[in-house]
Amino acid sequence: MQDVKEESELLEQTAVEQPATPARRRMTINMGPQHPSTHGVLRVLLELDGEVITSAVPDIGYLHTGIEKQCEALNWQQAVTLTDRVDYLSNLSNNLVYALAVEKLIGDIEIPPKAQWMRVLLAELQRINSHLVWLGTHALDIGAMSMLFYCFRDREDVLKLFEMFSGQRMMTSYIRIGGLALEPPRGWQARVKKFIDGFPGKIDEYEDLLEHNPIWIGRTKNVGFISVEDMLAWGVTGPMLRGAGVNWDIRKSEPYSSYEKFDFEVATRTGNDVYSRYQVRMEEMRQSVKIIRQALDGMPEGAWKADNSHVVLPDREKMKTQMEALIYHFKIVTEGFRVPPGEAYQAVESPRGEIAYYVVSDGTSKPYRVYMRTPSFGNVQSLGVLLKGKMISDSIASMGSMDFVLGDVDR
Amino acid sequence: MLPEQLKEFAVAAAIEAFDAAAITGGHSERGELTLDIDPVRIVPVCRFLKEQHTFVRISSITATDWYPAEPRFRVVYHLHSLERNARVRLKCAVPGENGELDSVTGVWPGANWYEREVFDLFGIGFRSHPDLTRILMPEDWEGHPLRKDYPVHGYKYSYKD
Repeated sequence: MQDVKEESELLEQTAVEQPATPARRRMTINMGPQHPSTHGVLRVLLELDGEVITSAVPDIGYLHTGIEKQCEALNWQQAVTLTDRVDYLSNLSNNLVYALAVEKLIGDIEIPPKAQWMRVLLAELQRINSHLVWLGTHALDIGAMSMLFYCFRDREDVLKLFEMFSGQRMMTSYIRIGGLALEPPRGWQARVKKFIDGFPGKIDEYEDLLEHNPIWIGRTKNVGFISVEDMLAWGVTGPMLRGAGVNWDIRKSEPYSSYEKFDFEVATRTGNDVYSRYQVRMEEMRQSVKIIRQALDGMPEGAWKADNSHVVLPDREKMKTQMEALIYHFKIVTEGFRVPPGEAYQAVESPRGEIAYYVVSDGTSKPYRVYMRTPSFGNVQSLGVLLKGKMISDSIASMGSMDFVLGDVDR
Repeated sequence: MLPEQLKEFAVAAAIEAFDAAAITGGHSERGELTLDIDPVRIVPVCRFLKEQHTFVRISSITATDWYPAEPRFRVVYHLHSLERNARVRLKCAVPGENGELDSVTGVWPGANWYEREVFDLFGIGFRSHPDLTRILMPEDWEGHPLRKDYPVHGYKYSYKD
């Protein structure tokens, strides 16, 4: 685990340089790749001077699975299943950004309002799910163990909702190019309603548990400062930036999927520490509940997939009666649909920050290039700046406040 | 030369005024502005956009491989301005098997990992990058997986055994 520099080597150095003070030993510690607080496989090389971190070098790539390369071997619609696996805590945000990017590239495809509303609703449910996992594990890391059980209890409710409409708890692949995979089952909306009616009370409960806990306050307040300039320079996005007072949320600044029709506020705090990032995420969960309620109440009637026979699979009923529908079905299933040549860049606000896909088509039925700009990649890059000069005991809280997912970093 | 239809874009016109030879082409499609930049001028152009035109964020740097066409690679920069709520895409053509570009890490330190990723997966070099090593693949990996002449299943079954 630790590698203390050879003593003889140090003595030699001191003999040559003759410093006024005795030589200070630096210790190098490998944090990870199996450290429990990294929630994945991340290795951080820490150099310590006593208890102070003098340098931190993150080492990534342990979870690299070549998703971008694999996308090029599948057809456009099949690649949706891979986007789930990028960030396994916000699958629906990844489905959404991929679908939006490809739809931008296709151009003449209109997503019906019902599908757009459903996408917003799902993305917000996903945000709650992701923030709950973050809150539970982050609190566990810094010693508040009971939070984990409460958070995972409530996250289970969200996962049950996902399972109900897609048959999958996590890898839903539910948002497809051209709309949704299926219509949600009867009774689903009532279940969502029941969940969001109970959930705000639970957020209050979490806050009661944590904010009256002097250890929690002591370990999070005024810990993990990083300047806004550094964050922007190193590519940090999402709740980290909003916790430092930067009012930037892609749902507001570049609205997609009808977000402009929803009434919500961007959660910002000015503390720029672990505690403000916690407050931002708690507020975001409340705002998500608000958005979900609006989406449920105002859910438009109509189709849940686009009326575009070249892209969207025909209804089962039509295939039995119409020759053309059968032909389109055969074409889409065997070859896939073709996307006009060009390129598109689409950004979406995921629970972790800016997630953006750059898709390039050469006019065939397979993507020519799918590039994923993932929020965790930019966030983890700033670890060196975030940890430098801080106490080692604060490193876990600081890293936890970043909320990275290693699948999202390595892809 | 700045194409006629791009003259109305303030950013494009400003780059043109800054360095008339910088823009070699471009287009505006689907509401996204793309500018082809002369590769030797990419660093001054980026610095100009960051310092004079509030593009304080580099959203991402990536590449596309157009094998067997020549020039083979395009390095793609996505810039973002929070103040103007605007994005712009810059593209540089990189010819040859082992092409090189100047690194923009001096402009945005956060370009570091994105350039390492492009180096790792495409084999494009970046001059004066502080630490140009593989980032996602193992150190002893052979080849650059996102190149179009690299098979999806790879060349070997196992490395490091």
